[in-house]
Amino acid sequence: MIEPVSRVEGHGKVTLLLDADNRVHQVRLHIVEFRGFEKFIQGRPYWEVPVLVQRLCGICPVSHHLAASKALDLIVGAKQLTPTAEKLRRLMHLGQILQSHALHFFHLASPDLLFGFDAEVAQRNVVHVAAVAPEVARKGVLLRKYGQEIIRHTAGKRVHGTGSVPGGVNKNLTRAERVALLGEIDAIVEWSREAVGIVRGLFEKHARLYESFGRFESNRLGLVRADGALDLYHGGLRATDAQGKTLFDHADYQHYYELIHEEVKPWSYMKFPFIVEQGTEAGWYRVGPLARVAQCDFIPTGLAEAERRAFLGFDNGAALSAPLGYHWARMIEMLHAAEGIKELLLDNDLSGGDLIVRGERQLRGVGVIEAPRGTLIHHYRVNEDDQIVSANLIVSTTHNNQAMNTAVREVARQYLDGRTLTEGLLNHIEVAIRAFDPCLSCATHALGKMPLELELVDAGGAVIDRLVRG
Amino acid sequence: MSKTFTLDGKVIPFEEGETIMEAATAAGVYIPHLCHHPEFKPHGSCKLCTVSIGGRLGAACTNRAEEGMKVESETEALNADRRSLVQMLFVEGNHVCPSCEKSGNCQLQAVGYHLGMLTPHFPHFYPARDVDASHPDMLLERNRCILCELCVRASRDVDGKNVFGIGGRGIRARLIVNAATGRLADTDFSVTDRAAEVCPTGAIIRKRYGFTVPIGKRLYDRHSIAELPPLPAKRGEGRGEG
Repeated sequence: MIEPVSRVEGHGKVTLLLDADNRVHQVRLHIVEFRGFEKFIQGRPYWEVPVLVQRLCGICPVSHHLAASKALDLIVGAKQLTPTAEKLRRLMHLGQILQSHALHFFHLASPDLLFGFDAEVAQRNVVHVAAVAPEVARKGVLLRKYGQEIIRHTAGKRVHGTGSVPGGVNKNLTRAERVALLGEIDAIVEWSREAVGIVRGLFEKHARLYESFGRFESNRLGLVRADGALDLYHGGLRATDAQGKTLFDHADYQHYYELIHEEVKPWSYMKFPFIVEQGTEAGWYRVGPLARVAQCDFIPTGLAEAERRAFLGFDNGAALSAPLGYHWARMIEMLHAAEGIKELLLDNDLSGGDLIVRGERQLRGVGVIEAPRGTLIHHYRVNEDDQIVSANLIVSTTHNNQAMNTAVREVARQYLDGRTLTEGLLNHIEVAIRAFDPCLSCATHALGKMPLELELVDAGGAVIDRLVRG
Repeated sequence: MSKTFTLDGKVIPFEEGETIMEAATAAGVYIPHLCHHPEFKPHGSCKLCTVSIGGRLGAACTNRAEEGMKVESETEALNADRRSLVQMLFVEGNHVCPSCEKSGNCQLQAVGYHLGMLTPHFPHFYPARDVDASHPDMLLERNRCILCELCVRASRDVDGKNVFGIGGRGIRARLIVNAATGRLADTDFSVTDRAAEVCPTGAIIRKRYGFTVPIGKRLYDRHSIAELPPLPAKRGEGRGEG
């Protein structure tokens, strides 16, 4: 029996359920989710929503800002944005990808990867990274800062800006702003490339561990461009199975609800999305960097594409189903974001003056974006008086719900020894959860101090061991 | 020859019949206020402009200037009281600056910044208030109303319509509109009315316009409220204000 105490914000709780033979047969990962927003935005004027819903998160607010804007573009009848507006939004989004991926890799994940999963908790933090590998830490900090600067120039503030509005954007970039940002971009691209090299090197050095850690096969979901390219801002939905077979492709996300349903389980407040055609048992999937890099046909920037090929080719594709492959794919995406930012900054459309378009008012709209952590769906209905009537938000971490549970189950099976919870097991479970970069991680992992509670429950439902790290 | 009084030791000239607020504004001296607007009859309700007049407290917007009077405004005690008043306005309504489109253009927010308000201090009331979105062009967001009655005065004195009024008493006082249904859509309110643009907060807003001015270009991004005339320059000249 699981008490809903896990709703305490900033705490993770994992329950390991044993079968009669003391084997882990199910894992239940509890994460605070944000569904309250769907209720309290009802009645709000629609143009307020992109600014309001980004308060869902302090790490990737731009994702919510843009997903909501894309849904509301349709509601204000803006079927096609001006080139200036579309490119500014893309730039803002790539700034977001860059800063979020840099934050996750350097600040949150690198201590595990550089010092080992069993290292002292006191050492597994970015401060220790700065002491041991000051150049790595410095570049991580500067990469994130640069991404935030891109956001500030496009959205008005580093966090929780207002740049994107229904039908377009509210500001362009001056030539002077572009020149200033271009001044640093070559270093940003180079450091991103080095970051990919760090993860690739880890895979090469510890191939057996990195390939097998929490490994599982699953379906994948994400947006792709019409020509199959990786596109984090817009595209059609593509789903593939573990073998790479297409389940659906270039699907119009306006009708996502015909393809994806959400299952409710009695022990969790977070829903379990699944591909309708596959059913609840087989239809779960993973989203985010690993799914995107694995199932796109190519990455439309040269350096990242070369890294993608190396990633796919590593040990006959062994990294594709490895949870730690998320780190590798994430850094490839960061490199893509850096290259994409450079391309956009050179584009004079960014300084254009045509910012907002409007057309025939509609009553519903769906906006989907590939947020740093995966596919993000915003769906709104609006009444004739311009008020939000209903909203459905499916956030990236929710898509990854079953995938994270499965990864933790695999790790528990690998590292649980008997009927006792150990610090080592807790560490390994943490590493597995963190690979997915769930919102839980962003909210609470600062300096490696994620409060995590681990419970071991036997076949009869009795809690036989409990371990808490505050 | 013009008469004078002193405001925080500074000599302020005035014409006969002017209020302390009018004379101070003409001399370029800011006295914090919310319900005052130079175009409209003084109301004296928000009490933010309370000054010490020869040791006695009074509203600068309603007290006439007199020869030789000694007025104090920028004292620690008066600004502390003003800060408390603004904090009370914040907690009595539902003022959510982070998602409010009036942010950066809002006098309540700007005066809060000016007075160094860092927290709401008092417990929030979280009152249940209605949003009236029935009008095709304008939205009535009662959560943000501070009952300054500028819209009441503008509609009555300039637009000649009497669209707005205050109903209820005390803590239950609320902005109401002049229609049997209680809906803004059923009044003769128009987006071109003077009353459509005088709200110092985000209680009466133009629909589908929010957030189109970027951060950095909003009114109080560029100037503190103390550096600016009381309200943005009025539109629609020649509509017979008076």
